[in-house]
Amino acid sequence: MANDVARTARGEARLDERSIALRRLVVRTLDGGKRGHVGSSLSPLEIMRVLYDDVLRFRADDPAWEGRDRCILSKGHGCIAQYVMLAEKGFFPHAVLDTFCRRDSILGGHPEAGKVPGVEASTGALGHGLPIGVGRAMALRIKRSDARVFVVTGDGEINEGSVWEAAMSASKHRLSNLTVMVDYNKIQSAGTTKEILDLEPLVDKWRAFGFGVAEVDGHDVAALREVLGRLPLESDKPSAIICHTVKGKGIGFAENDPSWHHKSTIDAKLIDELYQALGAA
Amino acid sequence: MRVACGNKVFELAQRDPRVAYIGSDLDPPIVKRMKAEMPGRAWMEGVSEQHVVGMAAGLAMEGFIPYVHTIATFITRRCYEQVAVDLCMHNLPVRLIGNGGGLVYAPLGPTHLAIEDIAIMRALPNMTIVAVCDAEEMKRFMDQTPDWPGPIYIRLAKGYTDPVISRPELGFTIGKAIVMREAAGRDRVLLVSTGVGTTRALAAATDLAAEGIECTVMHMHTVKPLDVEALLHHAATARLVVTVEEHTVVGGLGSAVLEALVEHLPGAMPPVKRLGIPDVFAHKYGSQDQLMEIYGLQPPAIAQTVRDGLQRRRAA
Repeated sequence: MANDVARTARGEARLDERSIALRRLVVRTLDGGKRGHVGSSLSPLEIMRVLYDDVLRFRADDPAWEGRDRCILSKGHGCIAQYVMLAEKGFFPHAVLDTFCRRDSILGGHPEAGKVPGVEASTGALGHGLPIGVGRAMALRIKRSDARVFVVTGDGEINEGSVWEAAMSASKHRLSNLTVMVDYNKIQSAGTTKEILDLEPLVDKWRAFGFGVAEVDGHDVAALREVLGRLPLESDKPSAIICHTVKGKGIGFAENDPSWHHKSTIDAKLIDELYQALGAA
Repeated sequence: MRVACGNKVFELAQRDPRVAYIGSDLDPPIVKRMKAEMPGRAWMEGVSEQHVVGMAAGLAMEGFIPYVHTIATFITRRCYEQVAVDLCMHNLPVRLIGNGGGLVYAPLGPTHLAIEDIAIMRALPNMTIVAVCDAEEMKRFMDQTPDWPGPIYIRLAKGYTDPVISRPELGFTIGKAIVMREAAGRDRVLLVSTGVGTTRALAAATDLAAEGIECTVMHMHTVKPLDVEALLHHAATARLVVTVEEHTVVGGLGSAVLEALVEHLPGAMPPVKRLGIPDVFAHKYGSQDQLMEIYGLQPPAIAQTVRDGLQRRRAA
């Protein structure tokens, strides 16, 4: 276990071309809004990529298709990562990314169900996704559907007690169709999770709450595919995947820097620097 | 009223597969019955109101109509953000059944008194708020709940001892006030009340009639959306309007009535007196009736408020 943690805890996987291309779309979106949660959208990008590329069942032209898997981005402030993947999958044209946060856009600074095709729940207020996910997973089971529920949470987000209320309920109801993915970048808004509210031992916590648990490098696409390919991690239990990530991953000067959690003004010069940090297209 | 409500949920669930029930560590009998007869449609969750409301939202997103039941303070205050974001923002058909709205839990003290529940629920877009006056009206109301769009906050008064004052011939429609007594003659007073406040208003009106003071009693069981049309119809010609609610005077029925009258009867507003709990936490125990007496919500105090109001009107 200790060796596994050492291997995965730094989120040090190299980014491939697709991950770099997706980051360019993140920067394009930031440029559209001239603001946004930068670091918080980059750490979950491979999680969202693998979900949409390899795991989720969906129909982009019929977002409410009953047979779809339900993917709830509970850390709504990381929404650019989801917007980019929804555009990639054809839920809406890439040009919509350029309207981010503008008055008449469908893409706000937090995702809204009913406005953005493919968004299952309006999130942004933290600690809401898992309780909703529990309700949906229960409903799907009653409906005898084989669709699954995925909830992506932040690490600061799981300071919220509602997450742990829902975790207890998920294991009580043996929701093996529910998976939580924690974007564990170890930096919340005001500082490191270690100094603000230490989550460790995080794996033990989820296990103690009745989940099957795995740890991965949250930027390692192959590792994410592998772990998501063997759900549920334990039979009759909900699954929790602790994804070790890096806040701001891929933008050297923003990595692991809490000041890049959110930027309320992003000018053209900064956009250039962000593109340059990602390397020439 | 509480029993009637629970029984109705059971009955609705029998005929409508969308109906589900979630308790939050309260009232196991209905859960046991539903678990036995309708497995998978009723759950007793823990003391975890934030989770329970979110879970209900998740079920509703999948097409279910969850009825969530726990103590009124906890289903409103404890999980207010979940109610606002998960239920109201998504406009989901979840029914929150708040047990012991108002002063019901008097002996248990102010932590258990839901005296601002209507105010805080009223501030949320898409929320419907209903406080019926007795168990029979509860049945008529509950029959309409499955098909009502959006969330509903159902405020339960005391469980077993409310006298029945509602009349089946007056019907029940969510959002439509019921005139329980219509005044005749010249000195017309309009009493607007909700929940078991209507029981008290009606008794006060009977006493006042014996003195020759005629009151119309309008039962505003649905505080939101407010039946503005019915209110204006009767208020426009009233010499005095008195609102009666087992709730703080801040933001409840009285406030809603005042807002409507100010907006719609500019320059022609009748004098209005709001009866409710003043802007304090209750400082006594005892019973619901005793606290209602302390706060001037029993029939003699309502009647005296009307007399005083008419006196001032004459003096002016």
